[in-house]
Amino acid sequence: MAEPTAPAAAPPAAPAANGRAATKVRRVRQVRELGILLALVLLVAVTAAANPRFLTAQSVRDLLLGATVLTILAVGQTIVIITRNVDLSVGSVLGLSAFATGSLFVAFPDLPVLVAVAAGTALGAVCGALNGALVAAARVPALVVTLGTLYVFRGVDHSWASGAQINAADLPDAFLGLSTATVLGVPVLAFAALAVVLAAGWYLGSYRSGRELYAIGSEPAAALLSGIPVGRRVFAAFVVNGALAGLAGVIYAARFGTVDATAGTGLELQVVAAAVVGGVAIFGGSGTVYGAALGAALLTTIGTSLAVLRINPFWQQAVVGLLILAAIGLDRLLAVRTARRLRGGAPRGA
Amino acid sequence: MALDRRLFARWDTAVIAALAVSVLAASLAVEGFASGRNAGFLVLDIAAVALIALPMTLIIITGEIDLSVASTLGLTSAVMGHLWVAGLPLELIVVLCVVLGAVLGAVNGLLVTVAGLPSLAVTIGTMALYRGLAYVVLGDRAVADFPFSWTGAATTPIPGTPIPWIAAAIALLAVAFGVVLHATPVGRALYAIGAGGQAAAFAGIAVLRTKFWLFVTAGAVSGLAGVFWTLQYASARADNGYGLELSVVAAVLLGGVSIFGGRGALPGVLAGVVLLGTIRNALRLADVAEDALTVVTGALLIASVLAPNALAALRGRRRPADRPAPGAAADPPVPTQPSTSGPTRELS
Repeated sequence: MAEPTAPAAAPPAAPAANGRAATKVRRVRQVRELGILLALVLLVAVTAAANPRFLTAQSVRDLLLGATVLTILAVGQTIVIITRNVDLSVGSVLGLSAFATGSLFVAFPDLPVLVAVAAGTALGAVCGALNGALVAAARVPALVVTLGTLYVFRGVDHSWASGAQINAADLPDAFLGLSTATVLGVPVLAFAALAVVLAAGWYLGSYRSGRELYAIGSEPAAALLSGIPVGRRVFAAFVVNGALAGLAGVIYAARFGTVDATAGTGLELQVVAAAVVGGVAIFGGSGTVYGAALGAALLTTIGTSLAVLRINPFWQQAVVGLLILAAIGLDRLLAVRTARRLRGGAPRGA
Repeated sequence: MALDRRLFARWDTAVIAALAVSVLAASLAVEGFASGRNAGFLVLDIAAVALIALPMTLIIITGEIDLSVASTLGLTSAVMGHLWVAGLPLELIVVLCVVLGAVLGAVNGLLVTVAGLPSLAVTIGTMALYRGLAYVVLGDRAVADFPFSWTGAATTPIPGTPIPWIAAAIALLAVAFGVVLHATPVGRALYAIGAGGQAAAFAGIAVLRTKFWLFVTAGAVSGLAGVFWTLQYASARADNGYGLELSVVAAVLLGGVSIFGGRGALPGVLAGVVLLGTIRNALRLADVAEDALTVVTGALLIASVLAPNALAALRGRRRPADRPAPGAAADPPVPTQPSTSGPTRELS
């Protein structure tokens, strides 16, 4: 409390009692992420036991590839949700970026792949900047703004495409090759997603501005009073999320080859679901991108698993729904228990 | 706060004015808009959104949200088809479907009130769950052999007018919801809950019980909308009403209801629903590509939250000292928040 000289960055791990509390909270978070990992491992184990072909190299590759788009989107969404905001426009941003990338190749067939990746990501960042400016500068609620831009970006996509469709034949082989290229048997795109997860996790965990995002989400007013540039941080979170949605759009185009104006429709709630399943608190201030990435992996694996287990594929969405409810129920339980332990922990000493 | 309230009242009237202007403009500029036939189409087009927007308004005013409404619509539609194939009489099926909707709403309500979970996350979960169950019930089949005496009735106009019967049902429900919200203690309680749940609880309002019944109501109305949707399109499918939840939320917010809860009124919401429907309808008649119209929806939605803020900023510069408006004492308690915390306070 009384540290007039260092009012800044988020949970300071300094004095004794505070440090103990912080450790406990951290342990709960780790338990939470281990739980998701355990669920994922269990799912894979059960499915593999029922049908060993589930673990062939090809099917694992498909699984990893299938999870990349959702994982990258979930990482971006987590960064925004941690600040007590939300971005519902990511599905539309993905669609716009995917179509833009395809159109770029139609116009310039010899374009280097890296330029296309950069262009798609930059377009996403611009969309994110628009969201961020409306939320941070014009101070309107993120849920409303991004619901609005969900429609705006999708509408722009539709009027640009006006019924046209990009086909795999329009795209250069070098670009489509992104989705089949592997290193040590692992798809390159999966490595890209992993890099995004690790970079974001490292940033959020170890950088001062990253910790400040948690502080903002825990209590925006307090964050502002302690000198954190709330508006600038929130704006940056939206730009990063937009850029990641743009990158996901490029990957979408490379992976499916066929892109029309409906690409990524309805994806936004799936992304939020992945983050929530991964233990990211919907009201901000808590959760990690590792959890969100595991959540995305779990949601994508369920679909494949059910098919392999010969369970009616129509059950997939219902199972996802149950999983979301179980995840938030578990979070609530852990939060109540932590609160009780923190309150009762001090007298006992421990 | 009094300043805010006046501005929101102004937004309400602004939406109604915008509606009047767009109807007038469309009648003059778009051929075929100002016909009875088209008015009937317009009503059928917005019926489901209008129905669900009524309970959604009440829920958002209490500071909660329900994203599962469209999936509830889809599940009741699927169950309706399943029961019809199983040979039940339609009268019974309709009742069962509305009850089913209420039960689905009760599940949301229990998870939010008893388990204390955030409604945004809960209803994203039940949105997936209910839609998933709809596919479990009906798969990707469609049931389309409902008797014409029923499907025809869904779109039949009221004798002597081009307006279909559903408009009367919507009007009846809208009056009922409007009276409850604006003329009863329950309605005042909803605003108090949205303005500050704890203060409302201290004032003796049964916050949790009220919220629970709101979710039940939303479920029942969504079930009713599912029945109507099925009959209107003469087709029971698991994907009926897919994505409708965002249209409903957009219409409610456009109507001037604050996503923070505690503010908004039903006339504005109804004007918002009809405004979106009118613009869609007029542009469609004018041969503007349908999907591109979503730009208009989105832009209106952003404007609806941007305009009051911009006006407030403008007024604040002109007259920094805000004096309470007459009647401000009767307002629900509004917690004073430092305006500086604006950008990140939603969802709370």
